[in-house]
Amino acid sequence: MPTTLPERPLLEVRGLTKSFAGLRALDGVDFTLRAGEIHALLGENGAGKSTLIKVVTGVLSRDAGTVALDGRAIAPRTAGQAAEAGIATVYQEVNLLPNLSVAQNLFLGREPTRFGIVRGGAMRRRAREILKDFGLAIDVAAPLGEYSVAVQHIIAIARAVDLSARVLILDEPTASLDAHEVEVLFAVMRRLASRGIGIVFVTHFLDQVYTICDRITVLRNGRLVGERETASLPRLDLVTMMLGRELSEATHERSHAALDGGSAAYASFTGFGKAAYVAPFDLALHRGEVVGLAGLLGSGRTETARLLFGAERADHGSASVNGRPVRLGSPRDAIRLGFGYCPEERKTDGIVAELTVRENIVLALQARRGFLRPLSRRRQDEIAGRFIRLLDIRPADPERPIGLLSGGNQQKALLARWLATEPELLILDEPTRGIDVGAHAEIIRLIRQLCADGLALLVVSSELDEIVAYADRVVVLRDRAHVATLEGEAVSETAILSAIAATDAVAGRHAA
Amino acid sequence: MALRLPRAGTPQILAFLAILAVNWVVSPQFFDTRFQDGRLFGSLVDVFNRGAPVALLSIGMALVIATRGIDLSVGAVMAICGAVAASLADSHPLPVALGAALGAGLLCGLWNGLLVAVLGIQPIVATLILMVAGRGIAQLITEGRIVTFSDPGLAWFGGGSVLGVPAAVAVVFGMLLLTVALVRGTALGLMIEATGGNARASALAGVGTRAMTLAVYIWCGLCASLAGIVAAADIRGADANNAGLWLELDAVLAVVIGGASLFGGRFSLGLAVLGALIIQAMNTGILLSGFPPEFNLIVKAVVVLAVLLVQSPALVGILPSRQWGRSWRRR
Amino acid sequence: MRLKTLLTATALAAGVAVSAQAADLTVGFSQIGSESGWRAAETTVSKAEAKKRNVTLKIADAQQKQENQIKAIRSFIAQGVDAIFLAPVVATGWDSVLKEAKEAKIPVVLLDRDIDPSGKDLYLTAVTSDSVHEGKVAGDWLAKQVGGKPCNVVELQGTVGASVATNRKKGFDTAIASHPNIKLVRSQTGDFTRSKGKEVMESFIKAEGGGSSICAVYAHNDDMMIGAIQAMKEAGLKPGKDVLTVSIDAVPDIFKAMAAGEANATVELTPNMAGPALDAIIDYKANNKTPPKWIQTDSKLFTAADEPMKVYESKKDLGY
Repeated sequence: MPTTLPERPLLEVRGLTKSFAGLRALDGVDFTLRAGEIHALLGENGAGKSTLIKVVTGVLSRDAGTVALDGRAIAPRTAGQAAEAGIATVYQEVNLLPNLSVAQNLFLGREPTRFGIVRGGAMRRRAREILKDFGLAIDVAAPLGEYSVAVQHIIAIARAVDLSARVLILDEPTASLDAHEVEVLFAVMRRLASRGIGIVFVTHFLDQVYTICDRITVLRNGRLVGERETASLPRLDLVTMMLGRELSEATHERSHAALDGGSAAYASFTGFGKAAYVAPFDLALHRGEVVGLAGLLGSGRTETARLLFGAERADHGSASVNGRPVRLGSPRDAIRLGFGYCPEERKTDGIVAELTVRENIVLALQARRGFLRPLSRRRQDEIAGRFIRLLDIRPADPERPIGLLSGGNQQKALLARWLATEPELLILDEPTRGIDVGAHAEIIRLIRQLCADGLALLVVSSELDEIVAYADRVVVLRDRAHVATLEGEAVSETAILSAIAATDAVAGRHAA
Repeated sequence: MALRLPRAGTPQILAFLAILAVNWVVSPQFFDTRFQDGRLFGSLVDVFNRGAPVALLSIGMALVIATRGIDLSVGAVMAICGAVAASLADSHPLPVALGAALGAGLLCGLWNGLLVAVLGIQPIVATLILMVAGRGIAQLITEGRIVTFSDPGLAWFGGGSVLGVPAAVAVVFGMLLLTVALVRGTALGLMIEATGGNARASALAGVGTRAMTLAVYIWCGLCASLAGIVAAADIRGADANNAGLWLELDAVLAVVIGGASLFGGRFSLGLAVLGALIIQAMNTGILLSGFPPEFNLIVKAVVVLAVLLVQSPALVGILPSRQWGRSWRRR
Repeated sequence: MRLKTLLTATALAAGVAVSAQAADLTVGFSQIGSESGWRAAETTVSKAEAKKRNVTLKIADAQQKQENQIKAIRSFIAQGVDAIFLAPVVATGWDSVLKEAKEAKIPVVLLDRDIDPSGKDLYLTAVTSDSVHEGKVAGDWLAKQVGGKPCNVVELQGTVGASVATNRKKGFDTAIASHPNIKLVRSQTGDFTRSKGKEVMESFIKAEGGGSSICAVYAHNDDMMIGAIQAMKEAGLKPGKDVLTVSIDAVPDIFKAMAAGEANATVELTPNMAGPALDAIIDYKANNKTPPKWIQTDSKLFTAADEPMKVYESKKDLGY
């Protein structure tokens, strides 16, 4: 789309590095944005997209690396300084004031004044002119909150551009828009690009990437995977870039438990789903079997896990355990049935940071027993001690607040929480996310062992090589629907990738 | 390991002892205690006796704050329950008057709990409703006047004694023991702390976070009603305009002095009560000192600031290093 | 029957030496609200006093809000009442609405509290008690009571910063200034409440060697004194005998204590502010006689000699 490519890039990031508590969130990342292009920044959760944006816009400080705008090194310390330099960001949650008028929002903090008095008329006139440029003819005196999210986004963009932004970063702007609104937004983006503004577009909708972006940069685990022209990057290659592992790294050896084909399912779900959440699906889980859920971010993996655990109530279909129909109205129901769930967001959904490791481990078991049957302190010590040894949780101090442990050890403690309930079905959502390499291998070893012990396991993961290594069956999701099931020998990274990348469901279905 | 540092709570105990020591300096007869009509009598006894209403409130407030909530209505609930008890005391048998007052407290707690746990209204807003309306309800019950009573049964809560200990102090002690038994003898304490520490995670672990929230507000209402009964019994009358006025703030302060965080999680009932006693020791000290009353609030503010500073993790960080994370409090 | 009542009432009104015209008066009364028992009593007494004089009294309860009072005054003006009584909740911010009343030629009488208008001509008169005087009456009684004997007094002050508290202290201090035998040994605020009064008295007793050296207690209101009496009883002291008590307000409960011999004296803050105000208005309307700018109410002293139980009975239903 850009007709002339300037010699010098508009925004140039080199070797950017940022660590949080010893964990590298960004590791020597390069990123180049040209004037007049729309550039997709892609990656799974934890790939480092938002860290990159935050470092570039001064919200976070950097450990190493350079950022140059028009060849001049910049080091903004706040988002405001970045905006002054010409880099504006519009987040998914629009950062404007819904109770002020559209015009007031556009000119917030820089209202046209005469003798110190705001000139409302002039302000509204200017606002109308600006918005006309964006194809919006709306009442600028009405409160911003009266307009749709799409219009609010465009107004936020208009404000940013009018603040003489040269680089515009749009962080998941389309997440809450419908198809038509997306079109309107894209038209605005194209118009701005044609005026020479460089746009960074963060999204997890691959269709949109192929619709509007000129180039793509992919991050994974805080590292740069590569930068490609959209036109010359097949969808399968893109998904591979996002999910695959570097070839140099040893891939996990695949080992499959022989399926005892005849055994009845432990838990089965028929037509299970929830409107606007996950399309109805059928799923059967057997003891001693690992089922993997694969798909891109936002494809419905976590949503499926939450439905099965009752954290979100299904409005379609039925569930049965050991052949008997069951109700899954809440996590408590699921726990009573012998389910366990390690959520993806450890900090917000998993640990209770200021409670001790011991208390975190016994929490689910205690909740299932009810408050009237407290576990004696000795029982608690014994349970905590057993799992600390078994899972090698470090430091081996059951009385340390869990918030002070590393991510990998927190994950192990959460695993211990569920193992203590002696579950029959364990749902693990991204069990290896954000933990160091050593712990990574241990978790995978654990998954294998649990499976051998006769548990039914459902594992959500974006690490394809891992899934391939331990899953007996892989369910592939796309656009909040289960689109393919791979079984036995058919489970391979390539097969999963092509199922994810397939543009229509039929093409991706690999029957076992 | 050999050199284990003293358990958390040391700053509160030291602060309490320090304030008592200062009281002794400004008023040398501070520790003089004797029996008077079969009841302990002395300034130190006053600290416990006068501190009783706030101590009772702080027991319930500690639980509410542990769930990341706050109950601003306790002062008004005191007024309501005091009014109910006082207006029924002379016309009905004591159990009826007490039962009605405690029932009123439970209802108030239930109301707050429903607003917070079921309707999901922010605790500060939800309890503000009853804080404002409650005093009006109490005034309706008393018809705007101070309702006095002469029933010796109800008056016992203000002037009676158990083995020489003033009845109000005995009530606090009993309520503290009962509540500790309830939350630490069962798994309620763990679940309340889990709910306050991370409600989402706790719900996913199967904790009935909604039931926990409801329960703590109900218990807080019960504590407030006991405080209301004690306060009414103390003056042998229910003063709807002034009973419990601003005491909700003292109760919150007591819990905070007791080392709890307003962001929920860990709580200590004993330290909350100690916090209430610290506040009262300060009040009594000021009264004994003979300072002009204009200085009361300033002295109070300075002492509270000092106690909170001693607990501040940031300040402790500046001082020579101690065990990791003072902020991670133990019960 | 009704005519007869009316005639009787008129005759009664005439009997208190007021012209018969007064019967037609309508007065709007903007009352603060039910902030205290005294306030409720004032409302009750005002109704009774108006009825006694055959005046129609319209009472608007402002619920402690100035804007409600201003609204009430405007509505009184619109109704064309003959006079407006105002018990102002605050001292300032009345200028414009009082000007409106003045333009409508409706006289305004302030009850119980004074205001700070830009010009004193905005209201006809103010009927208030003199709280400095109240304190002085209390002090004079005590001085007379102890004679030349040395006497250590403890004082329970009202809320710090409240003008009533400041004034009652000032009046008392003036009265005892000329009696070097009377010494104010301790003074603390009891916030005008029973429970704080009791708490402060408890600490006074401890600080003054078990109360043996306290000769008298002076409280800025009766409620604090009632609390203090309880504290003294619990400490084994005999209030009213070992320790003299004098307080202000004359609420019913203090008379009960007085009847029981546990309280000695109280200075009345009369709830009857409307009576003198009505008399002034009637006189102004009928005879065009402008009253003085300030009508001071009586600060009557009550002691055990005044048949306290009888006073209690007469006061207990006023709404205190």
